[in-house]
Amino acid sequence: MMRLVLTRRDDAPAWMVLVSPLVAVALTLLSGAVMFALLGLDPLKALGVYFISPISDGWALQELAVKATPLILISVGLSLCYLSNNWNIGAEGQFVMGAIFGGWVAIATHGAANDPWVFPAMMLAGMLGGAALGMIPAILKTRLAVNEILTSLMLVYVAELLLDWLVRGPWRDPKGFNFPQSVMFDKDAQVMRLMADGRINLGTPIAIIVVVIAAIMMARTLKGFEIRLVGAAPRAACFAGFDEKRLTWTVFAISGALAGLAGIIEVSGTMGHLQPSVSPGYGFTAIIVAFLGRLNPIGCLIAAVVLAITFIGGENAQISLRLPLDVTRVFQGMLLFYVLACDAVLNYRFERVRTGGAAA
Amino acid sequence: MTMFEAILLTIITASTPLLIGAIGQLVCERSGVLNLGMEGMMIMGAACGFAAAILSGNSYVGVLAAILAGMAMSLIFAVLTLGLAANQVASGLALSIFGLGLSGVIGAPFVGAKRDQMAKLYLPGLTDIPVIGKALFGQDPFVYASFALVIGVWWFLARSKPGLVLRACGENHASAHALGYPVLKIRLLAILFGGGCAGLAGAYLSLVYTPFWSPGMTAGRGWIALAIVVFASWRPWRVLAGAYLFGGITILQLHAQGAGVKVPSQFMAALPYLVTILALVIIMRRRGGQKTAPASLGTPFVPDR
Repeated sequence: MMRLVLTRRDDAPAWMVLVSPLVAVALTLLSGAVMFALLGLDPLKALGVYFISPISDGWALQELAVKATPLILISVGLSLCYLSNNWNIGAEGQFVMGAIFGGWVAIATHGAANDPWVFPAMMLAGMLGGAALGMIPAILKTRLAVNEILTSLMLVYVAELLLDWLVRGPWRDPKGFNFPQSVMFDKDAQVMRLMADGRINLGTPIAIIVVVIAAIMMARTLKGFEIRLVGAAPRAACFAGFDEKRLTWTVFAISGALAGLAGIIEVSGTMGHLQPSVSPGYGFTAIIVAFLGRLNPIGCLIAAVVLAITFIGGENAQISLRLPLDVTRVFQGMLLFYVLACDAVLNYRFERVRTGGAAA
Repeated sequence: MTMFEAILLTIITASTPLLIGAIGQLVCERSGVLNLGMEGMMIMGAACGFAAAILSGNSYVGVLAAILAGMAMSLIFAVLTLGLAANQVASGLALSIFGLGLSGVIGAPFVGAKRDQMAKLYLPGLTDIPVIGKALFGQDPFVYASFALVIGVWWFLARSKPGLVLRACGENHASAHALGYPVLKIRLLAILFGGGCAGLAGAYLSLVYTPFWSPGMTAGRGWIALAIVVFASWRPWRVLAGAYLFGGITILQLHAQGAGVKVPSQFMAALPYLVTILALVIIMRRRGGQKTAPASLGTPFVPDR
């Protein structure tokens, strides 16, 4: 009898580190084709709608950038958390909280004289909102050892319900025909569009700047080293004098702030007002982006584009193939499965071992 | 039926899915595996259970399909975390996202379909006892199954030898392996049990609680079940108490809304989630930082030869 045995290794060749996410994407496409065939669709045509149509023309590419922007911002922050063993899975809530705080600035200054400070104030408020919500699980974790996975997730529901109440209650547009949405933000309170046609806005360059800063921080600064060391070898980090608790606060604050920033950019850049639902699940998808991007800022940038394609492909498929939007989530879940499975190939050597003979 | 009886009945209905889900997860975690895919397995159980019940016209076929769906989902998790030693947190999250999506695809043709709630058992004499009769002896089979599960799991973990071995795997997988116990095989069975229970809990939601299918209908119950296991310090009887506490809060919230309490409905709807956080805070304060989780929880195990 033969048996497969895993042996840990730390010497995965560099080419494998780069190729493994690509293999994961390829396997996802293959599984997707099987799924479409099972649903009675032409697999090639369906995959074309999902993965080719979102990158087929200039307008679509702009839309892709708009969708990738929040994913980049959130996943860069989450990578810092995951690298240091802090499991923040409540980015969706921090995104919503950023939209609420930033939106409040826009609503409070509505109708006042145009002021160039409104926009930066909104961005700052959005970051504060996201960070504030992110700090709750961090503080509960460091003070009372409460599991941050559960608390950060529970706060997602709380933030969503808070937004729902605000836009149906106190912040509802009095002239909005009773629709549950806030007033339209002033022109100064909206993220600047970069092109005359299409929706690409200032958020995308902001996200790229964040990637560059994060990449430099991780590769070149002591903080970056601390984050990696605490995750990889907490005891060694403790002996080195790094304060694990303070680091937990830092990474939760940063990732919360980035998710909040993504939230207010999304609201003021693409919607222009607050509404009951402001995210198609960016906060959860960003978790997949972070892993597909190997918890590396540049990797997150590339992975965000891949996942943004599935969002737009999903919308296109809903219209042209009448597929439910949930198919997008199936793709995203499968992608993470394959990413994790391919990681095993990097971390372990597979050997076939003869068994049975020795036992006799 | 009196008001008291009605409240008691609804509390039981709200608590049962949490109890079934949490008791399965407890066994899984006691073997040292943290499966955050609860939400995904539960909602797959709800979707597949409802679909199978509609197609076959038989609720019990639905229940069976739900259990199998939950187990199939947990098998994906087992392949990743046991077979490939993948990160358990990330694998569980992937399972949740995947399950929420796939259940939507499977359930799409059944949105709007209706079924009668599964019949409640009627035990002559016992069910007729005033006040407590209907609550104690007039429930659907799920409720009795949930109590049987608690008793069974308690007996298995505390009194049986296989239960002891399972706990050993959760506390120190290297020692259990050194003693010659098949750690991965035991964990596989524990994961499958957890998946089956999650599927069953999902079936309860779509076949009894609502009874219809709507996408995302678990609404975080899988996550609350996970919190209940922590809250219960990984002990079966405390899981029972925790599930009923959370079920009670859900119902309190509904009745308060019905009674016209002047609080926005969104605040009441947020209550179960806030109470979950609060309960975790209180339980951790009381423990004073003492660790009660199985020592090997969440760490992958790769046997050496």
